[in-house]
Amino acid sequence: MKEQDWRSLGLTDEEYQMITKSLGREPNQVELGMFAVMWSEHCSYKHSKAVLRTFPTEGERVLQGPGENAGIVDIGDGLAVCFKIESHNHPSAVEPYQGAATGLGGIIRDIFTMGARPIAALNSLRFGPLEDARVRHLCREVVAGIAGYGNTIGIPTVGGEIYFDPSYRGNPLVNAFCIGLLEKDKIKLGKASGVGNPVLLVGARTGRDGIHGAAFASEELGDDAEQKVPTIQVGDPFMEKLLLEACLELINNHEILGIQDLGAAGLTCALSEMASRGGTGLEIDLDKVPCREEGMTAYEILLAESQERMLMVVAPEQEAAVHEIFARWGLNSATIGRVAADCILRIWKNGAVVAEVPADSLTEEAPVYHPASVKPAYLETTSVLDLEQIPDVTDANQALLKLLAVPSISSKEWVWQQYDYLARTCTVVRPGSDAAVLRIRGTKKGLALTTDCNSRYVYLDPYTGAQIAVAEAARNLVCSGAEPLAITDCLNFGSPEKPEIFWQFRQAVEGMSAACRALKTPVTGGNVSFYNESGEEAIYPTPTVGMVGLLEDVEQHCTQSFKAPGDYVVLLGETFNELGGSEYLATCHQLVKGLPPRLDLAKECAVQKTVLTAIRQGLLHSAHDLSEGGLAVALAECCFEHEIGAKVELATHGLRLDSLLFGESQSRILVSVPAEKLQALLQLAADNQVPAFTLGKTGGERLQIQVDGQMQIALPLAEAKATWREAIPCLLK
Amino acid sequence: MLKAEIKVLLKQGVLDPQGQAAEKSLSALGYQNINQVRIGKYLEVTLNEKDRTAAEAQVREMCTRLLTNAVIEDYTFELVEV
Amino acid sequence: MKYGVVVFPGSTCDVDAYSLVKDVLKQSVEYIWHQEEKVTGFDCLILPAGASFGDYLRCGALARFSPVMKAVADFARQGGLVLGLGNGFQILTEAGLLPGALYRNTSLQFRCQDSYLKVENCDTPFTREIPPEQVLKIPIAHGQGNYYADPETLRQLKANGQIIFRYATAEGEVTPAANPNGSVDNIAGVCNESKNVLGMMPLPERASEALLGSADGKLIFTSILKYWEECRL
Repeated sequence: MKEQDWRSLGLTDEEYQMITKSLGREPNQVELGMFAVMWSEHCSYKHSKAVLRTFPTEGERVLQGPGENAGIVDIGDGLAVCFKIESHNHPSAVEPYQGAATGLGGIIRDIFTMGARPIAALNSLRFGPLEDARVRHLCREVVAGIAGYGNTIGIPTVGGEIYFDPSYRGNPLVNAFCIGLLEKDKIKLGKASGVGNPVLLVGARTGRDGIHGAAFASEELGDDAEQKVPTIQVGDPFMEKLLLEACLELINNHEILGIQDLGAAGLTCALSEMASRGGTGLEIDLDKVPCREEGMTAYEILLAESQERMLMVVAPEQEAAVHEIFARWGLNSATIGRVAADCILRIWKNGAVVAEVPADSLTEEAPVYHPASVKPAYLETTSVLDLEQIPDVTDANQALLKLLAVPSISSKEWVWQQYDYLARTCTVVRPGSDAAVLRIRGTKKGLALTTDCNSRYVYLDPYTGAQIAVAEAARNLVCSGAEPLAITDCLNFGSPEKPEIFWQFRQAVEGMSAACRALKTPVTGGNVSFYNESGEEAIYPTPTVGMVGLLEDVEQHCTQSFKAPGDYVVLLGETFNELGGSEYLATCHQLVKGLPPRLDLAKECAVQKTVLTAIRQGLLHSAHDLSEGGLAVALAECCFEHEIGAKVELATHGLRLDSLLFGESQSRILVSVPAEKLQALLQLAADNQVPAFTLGKTGGERLQIQVDGQMQIALPLAEAKATWREAIPCLLK
Repeated sequence: MLKAEIKVLLKQGVLDPQGQAAEKSLSALGYQNINQVRIGKYLEVTLNEKDRTAAEAQVREMCTRLLTNAVIEDYTFELVEV
Repeated sequence: MKYGVVVFPGSTCDVDAYSLVKDVLKQSVEYIWHQEEKVTGFDCLILPAGASFGDYLRCGALARFSPVMKAVADFARQGGLVLGLGNGFQILTEAGLLPGALYRNTSLQFRCQDSYLKVENCDTPFTREIPPEQVLKIPIAHGQGNYYADPETLRQLKANGQIIFRYATAEGEVTPAANPNGSVDNIAGVCNESKNVLGMMPLPERASEALLGSADGKLIFTSILKYWEECRL
């Protein structure tokens, strides 16, 4: 082996030394390829592992924490939900349609691998500004790719988020979340057990797709990124639908000892992880692998990332049943080897051993790094925000219209109307409210789902910003009437080899951990995506939080929209002079500065408890979390769906007008309440020590906001709604 | 072996939304002389068949039965030696 | 009354139709695998929404050759009720059991949204319980729901009262703006000449419970039930 051999595969000289030490000899070309993908950041988490161990991962309801294909949480009645979020950023940057489609396909496989029936998907998307033609192309194609895959396979995409910011111009983020439902005694794990048991590869044939995709995801996007297109896999949602049905039929009717999907690093990853988790070895004959192309080498078969494939271990007497079921669904199934006792992956081709590697050496023994971490210099300048230097808002009407037209705030209908969000007839709250709500068939229960992250906050203060991502996700669920249960996270950052980036990463994980502990929402799994950079620029650090909540009675769900005229509008939570990191500051003053709003976790818990109790007691007609654009934007959003206006009166009490209207102070929820229930709500808030302000009443065809007796905002709803609704379609025209 | 190269287009008179979208985009790119764009699909069927007449009849049947929908689509094809 | 829900590889809303019949209509229901060559003992067959055979080639083009389709055609010929929803409608047109064809939406995008339907003929087994003038709020979810029929076919459809649903505003006005996919004459659903086979792109099984946002779609199923009860007498 020459330096060039391992370096070109992304391995360092030290890592190569580790490999030779572990094997007691030099690896051959095939083995080197296996180590290169398994020790890539994408598969090994070598830079993040040590930090991720600090996440709180345990809780009463957690049945499966991190380390498997997806996390599982108990929801009572003998049922459990299985969910995970994962990134597909790099593939989507170079081939947005297929990148997004296969991202969704991959996360769906992670869910049914665990034995769960996938019931819904969410997507968290981030792009550069839509004024850029290349960004418009990426955005259109990513959305079309998600729609093409999700709609065809029949899993509803019920929500998510989409943001636009220059930091994502060259490196969009495409994070896909999927959730499935299963009986809690039917959980399947990715373990190879029982010496002599057959190992089966089922689903699509193996082609030369995506070789070294995992390694590709583990480096920055260079100028030649688009020339790397050949490594992109093509998704086949029809094939995956068949695979899904065949696997669930098999799991529900037969004993499967272990099952694992093939994703990044293909067969190599699935084989080594299953063997390593099971403490076994595997004897695999590559001549038995059904291939799509002729003359594929061992190296290619082991590393190809062809989609829609699964690996499973069954007892010998079940082998025939597997072949029968897959044949009936028109799918391939091949017995490609046996479980062995010696903890070695031994790979055969043409009657000869082509690779012989201890399974653990590819997984457990991957290097763990503790990268240097330095507070980034930019924080010195960004943290300084002198509000004295910024004139207060003079035309609040214009400012509100401007904010409503910001793509990150404006209506995302253009996106979600392309998703079949109603498939499976369980969608109770559709996209566009704080969280999606699904009913659980056969029970009274419901699930609420959301993804959240304000990455501008995380950029300005990774610790607080990441805390807010968790808090806001929980707040969104609570506003829908659900009790938050647990999270999955997708940690999108730049290169961990840069100390400033690694500092962001560590701070963010610490912040999330603190918030998860306070809100009692443990981390059940997720994914880290590093190297999200193009040119010299890293993206804003973006720890996306996917959170799942439970409604004991789905009839008690709540949405953000005002339901009836004459209701009282009440703001729960306190407003401060906080404009740092706000959308208002970015949009109206072109400033990304200051510190994000403070977060007091005790106050956050109190306001959430108040609102959840109020919804369960049937006090509220609507509840909406205050986020980007603050109170004025939240009020407008509450008015739009049913076109019910509002007239409210505010007092500055020493606050700046812009802070009052557009500031993004945390732990605030805007609710509407029928007159006869106002007192009960106010009492409930007082009992929980939550400040409550009765601002005014719903009704009319205008949004009117008076401050200290002066009309500051008076807009016909039709005008405001049109501005908000047309912004994204206009930019994409 | 013979290869049938089959071209399928929407019938004249059936609105072609894809074609129209491409037409508009081409105009926007500055191509002033675009008269019409139509978008259809192209299919290849290779046949273990040497007799052109038999192959022609077979391809026509395939097109009528499965490959095209006569309500909205027209097709043409050519047979080439491979 | 007994429903059969035909399952093709790639059918995804088979479960929706099945659950509707079982949980909401409280009638008996069975899945029918597409390889079945006989369908017996059913009072109504549903060809469900989804993407049979991945929507490859043309939506419905491959499913139409599944063995079960001969049996479905026989069942229809004998006067049995057949309801094609979304992809099921596409399959029925490809199979020639309903006139016309469905192709790409003029927006070139998939559309999932509520649609409002004007009921053009309340004198069919599928619509008899719908109060005249009631506009139905039923969602659509398709990329290829643009209905086309040539002018002569259209004339016949109108003459025979075969146009059952048209896209309209919430107030029931049939306008170009209310047309979500470019369908000729805003057509959302048609039936065969003898009125026992209905195909529609809007999906009534998604609008049969208030919890899901509308129960208007249930009127179609209660119509079927009433018709069946009367036929039995």
